[in-house]
Amino acid sequence: MGVGIEVTNLNAWYGTNHSLQDINLNMPGNHATALIGPSGCGKSTFVRCLNRMHETNPIARVTGSVRIGDLDIYNDCKPVEVRRRVGMVFQRPNPFPTMSIYDNVAAGLKLNGYNNRRELDEIVERSLKNSALWDEVKDDLKKKSGASLSGGQQQRLCIARALAVDPEVLLMDEPASALDPVSTSKIEDLIFQLKSQYTIVIVTHNMQQAARVAEKTGFFLNGRMVEFDSTHKIFTNPSDKRTEDYITGRFG
Amino acid sequence: MSVETTKFRSRVRTLTDGAVTGLSILATLLVVAPLIAIFTYLIYKGASSLNLAFFTQIPKPVGESGGGMANAILGSGILLGIASVIGVPIGIGGGIYLAEFGRGTKLANAVRFTADVLNGVPSIVMGLAAYALIVNPQKHFSALSGGVALAIMMIPTVCRTTEEMLLMVPHVVREAALGLGVPNWRSVLSITVKTASPGIITGCMLAFARVAGETAPLIFTALGNQFWSVSLNQPIAALPLQIYVYALSPYDDWHRLAWAGSLVLIILIVAAVSLVRFVTSRGVLKGAS
Repeated sequence: MGVGIEVTNLNAWYGTNHSLQDINLNMPGNHATALIGPSGCGKSTFVRCLNRMHETNPIARVTGSVRIGDLDIYNDCKPVEVRRRVGMVFQRPNPFPTMSIYDNVAAGLKLNGYNNRRELDEIVERSLKNSALWDEVKDDLKKKSGASLSGGQQQRLCIARALAVDPEVLLMDEPASALDPVSTSKIEDLIFQLKSQYTIVIVTHNMQQAARVAEKTGFFLNGRMVEFDSTHKIFTNPSDKRTEDYITGRFG
Repeated sequence: MSVETTKFRSRVRTLTDGAVTGLSILATLLVVAPLIAIFTYLIYKGASSLNLAFFTQIPKPVGESGGGMANAILGSGILLGIASVIGVPIGIGGGIYLAEFGRGTKLANAVRFTADVLNGVPSIVMGLAAYALIVNPQKHFSALSGGVALAIMMIPTVCRTTEEMLLMVPHVVREAALGLGVPNWRSVLSITVKTASPGIITGCMLAFARVAGETAPLIFTALGNQFWSVSLNQPIAALPLQIYVYALSPYDDWHRLAWAGSLVLIILIVAAVSLVRFVTSRGVLKGAS
């Protein structure tokens, strides 16, 4: 089940660039939260702080606290454990090019030493069904490489791969920005279904997309969170002038 | 613009296209020509001396005709085996460090620089190094010292190609693995290295083929041997050495054997490279780019 995320006084730096400043917000469990804002405003950095991917960059630094469920991810555990509980889907589909469809989905488990064939089969099937890809690939699970699928299918494969390790939270960093409209709408339908089982945080440049899939929306600008409220309120009656300017297309 | 000028321009474009295509075909032919010339000449000179005895017998003393290079073929195999067992793991390990763990560190920059310098060091100097390190303390020539000399030559090539191949693996693939909660070392070995493995194997084969024909580093390490020997502690025969000795000799019979030996050496290199390519390409999925 999805759990809530509680961010307190989060600050992040790349070298001397203070890219996130004093972020505070609570994202409810089993809901989708959308993060919007112009390029370079810190949305991506923010989601990367939620699974400590930020730290894979050697010049990056973070302070503050992030609680996911009852776990303080910066103090209670190692990055590797955080990332098993917080799955991530990236902007560009990134299946492992040398692996079959099956191995791509099973990769997270296999690489962590999990080797029960029967259970792996079940998990792979369930994950592909959950990501709405099963019917399209069930006949060549082990015959075709993940890289041979279309872009939209690859992205759903990446979602299946993230779901296979059974995370509590799913982070999506512009998951549909490299896809055509049909694939985009499939991904959005999927997000809608996945909300019942996972907490979803989605970064998007597409404001209609935020309005369609998310209950809550946060607006980021220049490394700060300007406003965080119900999606409906943000898009119809924002409290901050800057939010209004952004969603009405006056800048960004 | 008039119809005439448009036609003229279009014709110029077609001509330029044809000229550039022609030039690149010519360049390709020039690249392949020396290989074909060498191979044809070797077959012409060497094929007539190739017979069963060449592969099964050891050299006969001067004056007796016949004899073969069986001991040199085996010796080359052993030397290249030693060189690969030592050189490939060290080279690949070094390449992994440079690309994955030491990026941007002073040590990595120093290692990279050293590897590049080592790559340019004449092969006879490698032989001297192995002589000083192994032959001199042991007080005798040996297969082991020859293998080590060749291994030292393999390391920089393997190391640098491994590094370059790993750097070609897209960053998003690494992130995908880390994002699944896979530890970094596991991600490097099971994802990055695996993705780059066709290129890494090509690098190893290049290094292998390069040292397979080396003579200079073996002159005062493996030394050569007219008799059967498989001991790592004894001087051992090697095809390039045998070819060198026979080619410089005053005897026609030995000259013919030297030609045959050269042909066999090239065939063995081509065969080894093709075999490794074939075996390693079968595990990789079809359709993977």
